[in-house]
Amino acid sequence: MTDKTNALTRRGALKTLGAAASLPLWARYASAQSAEPIKIGFQVHRTGIGAAYGRWYDRTTQAAVAMINEAGGINGRPVEIIAEDDGTDAKRGAEVVEKFATQHNCDIAFGTLFSHVVIGSAPRAGELKIPYFVVSEGHHVASGMLNRYTLQPGITDVKSQVQAMAPFVAENLGKKVTMVFPDFAFGHDHRDYFTAAIEANGGEVLEHIAIPPTETSFTKYFPKIPRDTEVLYHVMVGPAVLTFVKELGEFFGPNGPQMFGFIDSLEAVNIGSPGLEFLEGSYFWEGMPHHAQDDQSEFETIYREKVGVDARGASISDPKDVSTYAHMFGCWETLHVVKAGMEAAGYSGPQDRAALIEAVEAMTDMPESLEHPQGAKVFNGKTHQVFGHQYITQVQDGMLKKVHTTSIEDTLYPDEVDYTTQSF
Amino acid sequence: MELGPYLLLATLEGAVTAAVLALTASGLALVFGVMRVVNVAHGEFFMLGAVIAWWVASHIGGAPVWGFTAALVLAPLIVGAIAAAADMTVLKRLDYDPERTIVATIGLLYILQQATLMTYGPDARPVEPPFNQRLALPWIEWTETGLGLYWPWGLSTTSYKLAVIGAAVVVLLGIWALMTRTRIGLLMRATQLDRDMALAFGIPVERVYALVFGLGAALAALAAVLIVPIQQAHYLMGHDPLLLSFIVVIIGGLGSLPGTILAAIFIGLTDGIISVFFSPTLAKILATLLVALVLVFRPQGLFGTRAA
Repeated sequence: MTDKTNALTRRGALKTLGAAASLPLWARYASAQSAEPIKIGFQVHRTGIGAAYGRWYDRTTQAAVAMINEAGGINGRPVEIIAEDDGTDAKRGAEVVEKFATQHNCDIAFGTLFSHVVIGSAPRAGELKIPYFVVSEGHHVASGMLNRYTLQPGITDVKSQVQAMAPFVAENLGKKVTMVFPDFAFGHDHRDYFTAAIEANGGEVLEHIAIPPTETSFTKYFPKIPRDTEVLYHVMVGPAVLTFVKELGEFFGPNGPQMFGFIDSLEAVNIGSPGLEFLEGSYFWEGMPHHAQDDQSEFETIYREKVGVDARGASISDPKDVSTYAHMFGCWETLHVVKAGMEAAGYSGPQDRAALIEAVEAMTDMPESLEHPQGAKVFNGKTHQVFGHQYITQVQDGMLKKVHTTSIEDTLYPDEVDYTTQSF
Repeated sequence: MELGPYLLLATLEGAVTAAVLALTASGLALVFGVMRVVNVAHGEFFMLGAVIAWWVASHIGGAPVWGFTAALVLAPLIVGAIAAAADMTVLKRLDYDPERTIVATIGLLYILQQATLMTYGPDARPVEPPFNQRLALPWIEWTETGLGLYWPWGLSTTSYKLAVIGAAVVVLLGIWALMTRTRIGLLMRATQLDRDMALAFGIPVERVYALVFGLGAALAALAAVLIVPIQQAHYLMGHDPLLLSFIVVIIGGLGSLPGTILAAIFIGLTDGIISVFFSPTLAKILATLLVALVLVFRPQGLFGTRAA
């Protein structure tokens, strides 16, 4: 008996040692890691055409993390941001996600904006089974194109944004619309869903004008705008947005059609720049109005202060450094959703990743609060997409003045996917 | 838009492209003609010109015209000096070997681009034009009372765009005068014809090379200063000018200045017109196709004198 036991123990001991050596690093000190920081891999556009967004996504993220850590972190653990530049490039984006999962041992990946980077990175996040919280606006999450590990709980998607804008455009500006948009996934979402939405409101799109996001000169595209256009719908991204809007003004002079733009065309650009005077009176969609409004909530006041943004949406330390205010709140809100999700799931390490996703999927109402300064939201756990209020501002005396707020119901559409049926 | 005004607008837009392209490409052609160096970093000298223009303009207060004028003088000088230094420290030590200089200038491309990214940053920044008046252009039409003028929607240009075209013409005339009417032009042409013979006659070929490399880069920088109030300074802006300059130089005939300028006008105008009527992508496709055809049927280029 004794011999047998000894033999078993020796072999067993070897097996146990082997098994322990092959365990991933995190598992070895899983029980002892309570003071270890929660590592959030932050995929950021430091360079490439999305750099202006990246700079402000970074500042917003740092401000949100500082606030979370001041209040004791998540589950008593501090949060650490590990930032990696994705170069606004889809291939690099996937490599960065891989780096987070395998080299930095991050708990989750988070952050990026440009739709092609998200679409390029999400499959890798799914393969590596690392939760991937994106702040991208594209319809690719809710369309079912991605996977259960990819969630967008902090910013609404283009489909619901444009669907909520179409009634306002058709009623107040005109029914014959020409669209100018960037020629990649994000712009195609605008093209497809706004065209459908304006037709549902009795309008029509006369012409679709797609422009490559790396373009630097735009006048040559504008003669395609038909003469009977009543509303010019513009949305542009990339380093040359200021040139785009300026050349639009130079093209039309004083006799242009009504203008309805997505503020993307002017993100990180000072609306007081010379050559933009013609925008006076025109309308913009804003995810969150750049300029402080008269009815600004107490939460937004604190949010502006924490991120370091003045009443005109520019950096407090440099008024020339205009923020991407209409989008970057998404980082702040997403990090607070992550915190709430990790607390609900009792998250202690990567073995709880599935529980974290399930906890976020279980979320529904997100009331307006310091965690959600842009406004109240409703999260749809099946489509992994959040829905919320949209704002329309008009340029009045050089200021973006809020003239319309949509309801959350305006932004809803039938589910196109149920990610909760996919296995982890 | 009707055909007439449409065509006029396309021609005006194309003329601006052509003007800037003619300056940039003649810099490339000069360097290749005299030194037989294929300068892959040429687009980065263009970018550097725009970035330095922003830097100079933002450090000089007062009316935009002062900042712009200072940039117009300083940016080409600084870029020219950097290029001349690169020639003396890098290219000279490679004995201007054709293959190795290509690799060296690729390296230079990345050094300049990444150094700009590390210092100037990834943002696009505007330079204010010294003047910029929108000029609506009239068009003629038959009315009941005979010929009449009207102002079509969108048919306009700006005073600054016209000034860019004018400035490019003046600079190109200056280059032509420099090459044909001055002693230094004579030295450059002598070096181009026969390097060894020039050396034997006591021409300081090394100094001529440094000067030519600097001058080529300065022309690119000057083109960038002219375009930066219309576009914006950005660290990745050197790609397109480099590609288009190579297209122009190959079509025009490697090293031939008149050929380069004619090809620039041709490519600029067709780019403008095809972009407006069809699509900008088609314009690039056709330009590249034209390069392929030229290389197959007339490898020395339309105006080239010897086989490349």
